[in-house]
Amino acid sequence: MPESEPLNHVINVVVAGLGGQGVIKASDILADAVFRAGFDVKKAEVHGMSQRGGSVNSDVRFGPRVFSPMIPDGEADFLVVLAEDQVETNRNRLRANGVLIDPSAIGAAALSNPRTLNVALLGLLSTRLPVEETHWIEALRANLPEKILEINMKAFQAGRTVTR
Amino acid sequence: MIQPTMERILLSGNEAIALAAKNAGVALGTGYPGTPSTEILENFSELGGKAQWSPNEKVALEVALGAAFAGARALVTMKHVGLNVAADPLFTAAYTGVSGALVVVSADDPGMASSQNEQDNRHYAEAAGVPMLEPSDSQEAYDFTAAAFEISTRWRLPVLLRVTTRICHSKSIVQPRAIPKPEAEPSFVRDIEGRVMIPAYARPAHRKLRAKLAEIAAWNETSDLHQVIAGEKSLGIITSGVSYQHVREAAPQASVLKLGMTYPLPLNRIQAFVESIERSVVIEEGDPYLDHAIRAAGVTVEGKPEMYRFGELNVNRVRRILARDESPEPVPPRGKPPQLCPGCAHRSVFQVLHDLDCIVSGDIGCYTLGVLPPFQAMDTCVCMGASIGAGLGLRHVLPRDQARRVVSVIGDSTFIHSGITGLAEMVYNPPATGHVVIILDNSTTAMTGLQEHPGTGRSLDHSPAHKIEFEDLARSLGIPHVHTLDPVKETDALKDLLQNLLAHEELALVIARRPCILASRKIREYEAAAQQSNAECHYATRET
Repeated sequence: MPESEPLNHVINVVVAGLGGQGVIKASDILADAVFRAGFDVKKAEVHGMSQRGGSVNSDVRFGPRVFSPMIPDGEADFLVVLAEDQVETNRNRLRANGVLIDPSAIGAAALSNPRTLNVALLGLLSTRLPVEETHWIEALRANLPEKILEINMKAFQAGRTVTR
Repeated sequence: MIQPTMERILLSGNEAIALAAKNAGVALGTGYPGTPSTEILENFSELGGKAQWSPNEKVALEVALGAAFAGARALVTMKHVGLNVAADPLFTAAYTGVSGALVVVSADDPGMASSQNEQDNRHYAEAAGVPMLEPSDSQEAYDFTAAAFEISTRWRLPVLLRVTTRICHSKSIVQPRAIPKPEAEPSFVRDIEGRVMIPAYARPAHRKLRAKLAEIAAWNETSDLHQVIAGEKSLGIITSGVSYQHVREAAPQASVLKLGMTYPLPLNRIQAFVESIERSVVIEEGDPYLDHAIRAAGVTVEGKPEMYRFGELNVNRVRRILARDESPEPVPPRGKPPQLCPGCAHRSVFQVLHDLDCIVSGDIGCYTLGVLPPFQAMDTCVCMGASIGAGLGLRHVLPRDQARRVVSVIGDSTFIHSGITGLAEMVYNPPATGHVVIILDNSTTAMTGLQEHPGTGRSLDHSPAHKIEFEDLARSLGIPHVHTLDPVKETDALKDLLQNLLAHEELALVIARRPCILASRKIREYEAAAQQSNAECHYATRET
């Protein structure tokens, strides 16, 4: 989607997975990137119990003006799932013709470290959103520690260049 | 990590509260960790504020109150159930008032994402008689924290900042603004009649409180904390907090009266709004607090059906309320439940309790997950510290063959919070069959995200502090049997010990000590940093 066309509606992205997979980190990077691109943005998730290996999901919404921080069921434009077994439990979040992005979209072999799957899937998502690459790169730099930045940059690029 | 800034920035509600507190010149932040409130004090500390964890919320509020007596601005943070613990000082602090300012943050958890109940703490504002503000996003979390300090300073009253999970943990854009800071430095000014609540001084203090609240109610009628969205006259919605956001999305055409200060209520303003609208609906999460107060004032509004008292609201539920839809709601697919981490030391203890067929009086923390399969080794869990009291109660009345199987399990942070008085009860009123208490000591407050407490020997910022030794404490109380072991390395010994202790029918405390696997690396780093700083200090001392 070209950035030149003004966005006149809210885009909804659900990121889902299991505790420890980097769901929250991925949604932090996504929210930061769209914030840097100049959109209104809200992000919601539940911390606490869900961090003990259970299901985790995070909602990111952006556009000219966002009200509720939570995406209503059946209204997500994109569902990014980090664990294959979490696809079915989150499918109800997706709108009709919404886009599912799951690990099968990126061969595990394409990643030098499986822990960067969250960022690789963001790379794939980034090609579908009206946000320039520079904002993504800035958001990655701002949200990741120096020592894992490079490997995540590679994962992001791997995601960006996946052909579907 | 959050940085001090006046730039437009994306913040969680908790981060926004911390930033506002820093910019408002808060001299001391206190609290006890509790989801969803925990990050407020952590962020306040990272911003350079003086922040400390107290043993529990009651102590935290008392410490903050003392700071506010001295003329300083103080912030105290807790989750909703924490305010039950701190209710005692809160109610009388409303009588004494403050000299500086005191803002009490209550972070409620509608839907119980990580809590044992979904109590609605808006009732506390009315019950205690303290003004209450309810932000609806991070910008308002910032602005209303500032307003809370201004109101507390002006009327010399504690102010309740009531937030919910979706305010605390949602991120949205904040434009910080400069907040007027207190002019005077803390200094003691004697005010015996104002602060010593013997009946003779408390009676006039109560009247003074009611007079202040009447003044605030009048001020609130025209305050800029509220917002009117002019829309169609056929539907008007009265709302507050995060519900406002759901409302704007669910009913974009409706007129909306969004309330910022929800105690005392601006009833004239509400009445005027309702009179201008054909159908007025109150949209609120949790209890019908606004609905009852508005209808009690003789203003006709429509509340929500009882089914929407339970759980969080969201856009779809607001649509249903407005459509008066009481049909069963779709049940969302169940996700994977949380579980004790692989390698967690609690697993060994619960396996032993399961194998010994113990009746387990449990408590609040990660280890509450011991209730789930495969262990199912927990029979009660009510509130912080209840494991010991409830375990003793069970022992007192159960037949002997059952009573001697009762064990209380409590985490280290929970023990500091509310378990010490339980041990005093145990030695004072021992059951005929004795009792066994196990402290599951993983050297951190794990469930809320690895916070320190007085038993870890480190402060909120992880720098060294005095460490309370549970063994010394138990012996000083007169508990005859005190044992410490590693539940992972000594699982068989733990089983033998418990079997023995249960058979002996005496009082015993077992400390099952092994650091949380998520915390152990960090703990080693903190200890290494402390050693290095000690060595440097020693070196510097020798040089002089």
